[in-house]
Amino acid sequence: MTRVPLRPLARILEARAHGGDPDAIERENKQRRHEEMRDRARLRAEGRLLVLAAMFFCAFVTVGVRMGMLSSSVPSEPRAYAPGAQISQTRADIVDRQGRLMATNFVTHALYAEPPNMVEPAHAAAELARIFPDLEEDKLLALFTGPRKFLWIKPQISPEQKQAVHDIGEPGLLFGPREMRLYPNGPVAAHVMGGARYGEQAVQAAELIGVAGIESAFNDRLSDPARAGEPLMLTLDLTIQAAVERVLAGGMTVMNAKGAAAILMDAHTGEIISLASLPDFDPNDRPSPLTTGFDPSESPLFNRAVQGVYELGSTFKIFAAAQALEMGLVNPNTMINTRGPIRWGKHRINDFHDYGAELTVSDVIVRSSNIGTARLAQQIGAANQREFLDRLGFTKPTAIQLTEASGSQPLLPSNWSELSTMTISYGHGLSASPLHLATAYASLLNGGTRVTPTLVRTGPVAPGPRVVSERTSAVARDMLRQVVASDHGTASFAEVAGYQVGGKTGTADKPKPRGGYYDDKVIATFASVFPTNDPKYILIVTLDEPVVTILNEARRTAGFTAVPVAAEIIRRVAPLLGLKPEIEQPGPLGVTLTAN
Amino acid sequence: MTEMVYGVAPRQAKDPILPRWWRTIDKWSVSCILLLFAIGILLGLAASPPLAQRNGLDPFYYVERQLMFGFLAFIVMFATTMMSPQMVRRLGVLGFLAAFAAIVALPFFGTDFGKGAVRWYSLGFASFQPSEFMKPVYVVVIAWLMSASQEIQGPPGKTMSLVLTLVIVGFLAMQPDFGQSALILFGWGVMYFLAGAPYILIVGAAAVVVAAGFVFYENSQHFARRIDGFLNPEVDPTTQLGYATNAIREGGFFGVGVGEGQVKWSLPDAHTDFIIAVAAEEYGLVLVMLIIALYATVVVRSFLRLINERDPFIRLAGTGLAAMFGVQALINMGVAVRLLPAKGMTLPFVSYGGSSLIATGIAAGMLIAFTRTRPQGKIEDFLRQRGHG
Repeated sequence: MTRVPLRPLARILEARAHGGDPDAIERENKQRRHEEMRDRARLRAEGRLLVLAAMFFCAFVTVGVRMGMLSSSVPSEPRAYAPGAQISQTRADIVDRQGRLMATNFVTHALYAEPPNMVEPAHAAAELARIFPDLEEDKLLALFTGPRKFLWIKPQISPEQKQAVHDIGEPGLLFGPREMRLYPNGPVAAHVMGGARYGEQAVQAAELIGVAGIESAFNDRLSDPARAGEPLMLTLDLTIQAAVERVLAGGMTVMNAKGAAAILMDAHTGEIISLASLPDFDPNDRPSPLTTGFDPSESPLFNRAVQGVYELGSTFKIFAAAQALEMGLVNPNTMINTRGPIRWGKHRINDFHDYGAELTVSDVIVRSSNIGTARLAQQIGAANQREFLDRLGFTKPTAIQLTEASGSQPLLPSNWSELSTMTISYGHGLSASPLHLATAYASLLNGGTRVTPTLVRTGPVAPGPRVVSERTSAVARDMLRQVVASDHGTASFAEVAGYQVGGKTGTADKPKPRGGYYDDKVIATFASVFPTNDPKYILIVTLDEPVVTILNEARRTAGFTAVPVAAEIIRRVAPLLGLKPEIEQPGPLGVTLTAN
Repeated sequence: MTEMVYGVAPRQAKDPILPRWWRTIDKWSVSCILLLFAIGILLGLAASPPLAQRNGLDPFYYVERQLMFGFLAFIVMFATTMMSPQMVRRLGVLGFLAAFAAIVALPFFGTDFGKGAVRWYSLGFASFQPSEFMKPVYVVVIAWLMSASQEIQGPPGKTMSLVLTLVIVGFLAMQPDFGQSALILFGWGVMYFLAGAPYILIVGAAAVVVAAGFVFYENSQHFARRIDGFLNPEVDPTTQLGYATNAIREGGFFGVGVGEGQVKWSLPDAHTDFIIAVAAEEYGLVLVMLIIALYATVVVRSFLRLINERDPFIRLAGTGLAAMFGVQALINMGVAVRLLPAKGMTLPFVSYGGSSLIATGIAAGMLIAFTRTRPQGKIEDFLRQRGHG
């Protein structure tokens, strides 16, 4: 038992001494303390009750004021609001190197239905099926009378269609404004633009997402609201792109090719002025990829210039010649044994024509001798060749800013043997994209500094690391010029008056899917540089399975197919590029002074 | 003489019950409560036909039920107002034991009516939500414990009340019913405040709550999204809140007219949690202001009357009941006007709901009983002070 102290002790002791009742004193004391405590508690409670009353009163007044504010605000059509992140509708424009519009946004409407609000679902379904022939009335009616409260009908409709739907007068059919991605140039530069689709959709807005090409590679940059007002400037030139595509399409028809690709690159900066792949598509209405029973590389969506990995044939020969020059193994006039065929195990290396016992290095290139090039490659050696091709960029996918580029890993021989060295020297046994070839030609011929291909203007580009010496580069250009200018050259059709075109043809038999090569299917390539005295531009033209009948003879070699197409492209675009033709002056005009 | 002849006249120890009742109750509060109920029926006429139609019932089925339950509720309420505080306390404690047992047994015998939370007992013709009945009797028990602790050498009532509160909150949170848990905790806080909580503790608790809110906001995405959604001035028009806000705007000052409202067709909870939106749309700000004034009158008058109350138990219990009544109304209306984050809470006496109505009737009856004017021993005080002075 706890003992409670006796209080007040003095009085109790006194009472005890005088025989009084200490309990009564204690009770009285307790009673008094109790009363005091209650009084204290009551006073405190009085204050706190007042506080509580005031707080509740204020709270009620707050609710009342807020009600009043809400009631007096104008009822407006509630605006859409998605919890969390607001859908960013803005997407920056894309322009060409002169600021001309290549992709922009355009306000359009999506059509959706709220079946619970529908008055005449049957009528609405019938009218919709009439306005949009791809919709089926039965399915629409089933949806409108089903349990769904909300359904999208069309992601974007034209103003005429919107008016027609509006005229149905059905309150359950509604429009959600949204921006669509518009490519005002249609299919021009389709593979670079790629295309866009809707991502997250709300009633009042929809997010645009790039699906391919530059739209996909720069999706974050384009959809960044902070940079929405700042267009993305490409290195493409819209006029030149259109001209290249038009000439290439004509050439593809004339040469009966099933596909074609062209790349026009600034030789010093790696900027791509034009990149075309045919057949193409309209990014405004991007076709869905065919998934079955179809070779994806035959699809219009396939970017042959970037994704297509081909054996590029004799265009590679200049690399062997340049490397041999750079290593000091030969000079342009060194005689090379071209007696063939070279037998290597069960393989034989042959030339298209028999060029006799010996040719100079220059003539090996000009006449395109496989045997001569293979001899050069033997002198160079596998390791050196591999290292050189690596410096030119042939061992890695290109760094171009297209999502498709990451898939363009060149096909290298699994075992880089001496035989591989010899076949690679004339462009067989190593597959790479036309863009790889353009990059390598630019690096080799611009004076010898490595370029990185780019599609986006970022200001002045510093020259890359040196690949070959200026001198080797100049000699290589001279050899390529001879290929075009010389009587024996394989690319004599490439001569364009006023522009010193140099280049190398390449005709590679297409590999069969199950091994071996077709006899009658080739990839014809012409890799060119112009003007050769002051290298400014690299042009690669590739035709897939071209065949042209000349004098009752089917011609497939690049000299008859890719070269004329490339020459026509240069003829068209060189003036657009601002290149001044060098016309030989016929001497000073004879002035006859006459005097009366 | 007279006494010798006729005997001692039977001395009337007390006044007659009814006149004394009429004299001592707070007639203002009773009138307000009756008016609120009448408004509830009026709004029920507007808000419940869509629900009845959805459930394939007679359009005024829910109004009739509400009238029936209202009749029961008023019988209970007036019976309660006539009891003495001691009687209320005794019955309250017994009722508390019953309600507590009912809540504990909920997981075994309750039903969730397909709503995901086991909160109800199904009685066939009606359902019964023990947590509604728990609120008034809980206040009585806590007030009893706290007032006992104010006696010299009394039991440690405040500690016991806290433990009891936490147990109940634990059971409610298990259902889960965070709204009622919060209400119970709030009631305890108010009573503890009144029973003499040190101010430093109150300030400390507020600081902890704010700090915890920040920590949650930084760390929990779900929590942060709800708060962001609440703070965002734009409201998604397809949510209940969006409909409610728009309905209040549509109503303006005088409403769109009786029966003309649209919000009741879109809101599943138009007859309970968002009845204030129906009121605002059809009858305008005028009716809403009247409703707010009625609640404020009941609550503030009760507090002011309790200032004079000397009995700690009555003071505590009355304050707890008034505070819970007021805060329930405040939360309901605060949600509709987006002053508070969304939380389902009925509007006492106005929202539809049988067991809730009867429970509110009990609570209001107790409140009226506690705020009756009664002798406060002021004369004894005076005499005592004179004696000691």
